[in-house]
This record gives sequence, C-alpha cells and structure tokens, in this order.
Amino acid sequence: MSEIQNHPSPALDKVPVTLTVNGKTRTVEVLPWTVLLDLLRDHLGLTGTKKGCDHGQCGACTVLIDGKRMNSCMALAVMKDGASITTIEGLAVDGELHPLQQAFIDHDAFQCGYCTPGQICSGVALIQEGRARTRDEIREWMSGNICRCGAYTNIVDAIEQVLGSTTEAAQ
Amino acid sequence: MNRFSYLRAGSIEEAVKAAAADASARFIAGGTNLVDLMKYNVERPTRLIDITRLPLNTIEETESGGLRLGAMTTNDDVAHDALVRSRYPLLASAILAGASPQLRNAATTGGNLLQRTRCYYFYDTATPCNKREPGTGCPATFGRNRIHAILGTSDHCIATHPSDMCVALAALEAVIHVAGPDGERTIPISEFHRLPGDRPEIDTTLQHGEIITAVELPRTDFGVHHTYLKLRDRLSYAFALVSVAAALRMDGNTIAEARLALGGVAHKPWRDPDAEAMLRGHPASAELFAGVADHILREAKGFEDNAFKIDLARRGIVRALSQAAAGTPQSQTDKRIR
Repeated sequence: MSEIQNHPSPALDKVPVTLTVNGKTRTVEVLPWTVLLDLLRDHLGLTGTKKGCDHGQCGACTVLIDGKRMNSCMALAVMKDGASITTIEGLAVDGELHPLQQAFIDHDAFQCGYCTPGQICSGVALIQEGRARTRDEIREWMSGNICRCGAYTNIVDAIEQVLGSTTEAAQ
Repeated sequence: MNRFSYLRAGSIEEAVKAAAADASARFIAGGTNLVDLMKYNVERPTRLIDITRLPLNTIEETESGGLRLGAMTTNDDVAHDALVRSRYPLLASAILAGASPQLRNAATTGGNLLQRTRCYYFYDTATPCNKREPGTGCPATFGRNRIHAILGTSDHCIATHPSDMCVALAALEAVIHVAGPDGERTIPISEFHRLPGDRPEIDTTLQHGEIITAVELPRTDFGVHHTYLKLRDRLSYAFALVSVAAALRMDGNTIAEARLALGGVAHKPWRDPDAEAMLRGHPASAELFAGVADHILREAKGFEDNAFKIDLARRGIVRALSQAAAGTPQSQTDKRIR
C-alpha cells in the first residue's frame, strides 16, 4: 500500500514514480494528477509524444505501456509506477530507424507531422499484435489515430509495406 | 483536473473501506472515462482509489459451465480470449465494435459497466444538466439531441448509455458480482443499469463503496447464431446511434430461443422479453422480424434531431435478426452490411 496524505486540503505533495522509459529506468516525483503524457514531455523532456485532444480521442499521444499501445493523456502517471514505456524516441536502434519509421518516409505518410509519432507507435503495436492483414483491417485497427491532414492512404501504404515484409520474413 | 489524494489499494477490503469512508472518493481502473470527466470538471473526486493491482484480472470457467470475467480484465483481454471467442462470440464482437485499440487496451470490464453518458450537455459544465446537477433542467429535450434516447426517457433526462459491451452482456444475461461494506452480492445485468425517471443522476444500482469484482456469463448456446450490428455516423471509433445484439438458438429454421438487446436508444441496454417470446417457436422470416421490431418500438418517442432513430432501429432489428438466423454475424472490420 502506498498513500499520499494530501486531503482535505491537498498540498503539493509529489509522488515518486519509477518507469523504464525506452530502456532506461528513471524515477520522477510528480503530482498525483499528472498524466503520463505530461510526465514524458515536461519531466523527461521527451517531446516526441504529442498532446492533441488531451481526451483520448485523437491518438497523438499513443505510447507503448508494457508493450501495449495506450493513450498517454488518459493514464495517471502514478498508476503506471513500475511500467515499461516505449515512446517514438525509443524505436530507432543504434541510429537506425525502425522499419515503420522508414516506411513512413518512403511513402510520405504525413503532412504536418503532428500525429506521426502516435501513428507510428500505434502502427508498431498493430504489427506486433498480428491481427490486421488487409487494408480494411489496417484501417480498422488504426482508427484510434486521427490525421487531420488526411494522410491516411499513405499511412496504410506504409504499414502494409512493413506487414508485407514481416510476413515474408516469417515464411 | 482538481487535486485529489491517491491510494493504491492492496486488497478489495482496503479499497471498499477507503471508499466507504469518503463520499466523494472514486475507484479508478482504466481511467478512460473517469480521467476524461475529471479533465472536464464533470467529476471532481477528492480521492482516487487505484484498484488496478487487485487480483481481479483472470477469466475462468465456472462450475455451472459459464465464464467469470474478472473486473480488471481489459476490453482487449476479453475480446481476444479463446473461451470468450468460442462460446460468447457476440461479446467479443460487441467489444471490438467499440472505442479504439488504445482505449480497449486500457478500459476494463468493470469500468465499461460504469461508463457515463456522452450527452453533450452532461459534459458541458456551462449548461444545465439534471444528471450532472440535479434540478437544473435538461437542455437536450429542446436542444441538440441527435445522439439521444428514444425509449424509456423521462422529462428529466433523455441520455443514452454509451457501452457496446453492456448491450451484449444484456443479451447474454450476465450477472454482476460486487463486494461492498455489507459483504458480497450479485446483480443481474437487467437490474444493474436504470432508467432516468426523476433521478437521472443515478446511473446504476451499485451503492457507494461497492466494487465490481467480476462479470459472470451463464452457460448459453449462442456460439453460431448471433450478431452485433452497430450503426453510427462513421465506420469506426464512434458511439452507436443504434446497435443491436441478437442471439438465437435455431432448430432448423425455427427459433428455439432468442435474445435481443438494443444500444444507443435508452439510458440502459434495452431488452423486451415480450418481443423475444414472439420469436420463440416460430420460423425465421422477415415478416416475423418486422413485427418484433414494431413491438419493441411501439412506445418509441423521437425528439427534433433523433426521430430518424426509430426507423433506423426498426431496420437494424430486422437486419440483425436476419444475420443471426443465417449464422452470418456482422464483421467488425469489413463494415459493409449484408
């Protein structure tokens, strides 16, 4: 049990939260109402993860929490104590882009780029989940990520390219 | 978001005790609805009790041949569980019709039951709302009401319950297990959510301090003839205007047993036992289904923007029963309606 006594007049009592972010274990002191998105951006300086709607509707803030894609704007950081987080900054290995990052470049799968970190994190999870194969399925399983520039066709192309090469590699 | 104190509950007993001691405390699990409502200042809990570490995240067979879904299982866990998919495919389909992959990874079985309405006025603290502030009025009755209810409304509230999962649970006659200050009890899904009446601020029959521990699915035989048909303004990631969960047990072309529940049309998943009785013992036919739809909607009442839902629901019921009878459930990825 851990308890933070800041009621009835809540003081600015911070809570230690330990996370493994992109492979590095970090402990940060945050207020209980800090969401994971703000912890990443404001406390760790990882501004690749974007704040779009801040209400779980647009997907710009998508990160992987213990391997599963979630909206970091809706997750209280204190509740994720002990979790492993992967953000857009953690996808490249030794300076080499993740295949889906490269595919987004190859297919020009963005315009303004604001939704792109969330799209790529969501797409990486989609590929790992292994449930989407067809273009219809990719669209359905990417429906939690909104692109107001409307780059959807190229986003599907990029994911399809990586899914195709994944399938070939598995054969 | 308002300031609050945080408690990570180590046991159900600790969680219940802490909630019972504070009238404005809330349990939090996935947080996909509660955190959203807190950001809008609709919910202002003084204390959050984190129940995600409680041992309630298993899916187990019951002695009577059903399944018991722990309250902390996520929507994604349930939708992809092998036993759920083989025995209760209607439930898996309804869950996959809702929200987004990100939200389904966070949202829990228990939390889904406690979702609050998406009525615009409930969310907008600049407007009156009987559900948010009892006695202030209901702007939806004379304002924008495209997404609102057509069945079971009252002068005080015309909000709908937003869940897809709960519509399937209603058709499957799920039983909600809860633990509270006075011990454990079970609540049939039909008695869990309530109609607004003159107390629209109360969504469910759950008492303060009670925690949902599990959802039990009784043994059924709806693995083949079922469908979850969700009709909405865009193909994915939108709340239902009308949804229909249909589950049949067929004896040749004759309906041996029928369950039907509607979403997006009322303050709770809508079931009509008389309509289900009309189906039992009769051959499946479009005429029979149309008669059943007319019966379910006999007292439907439309408002300025949502009167179209009555005809949409009528057509949806007929289509869903046809899909279920044929054993061709609606795909949740290929959205063409056949």
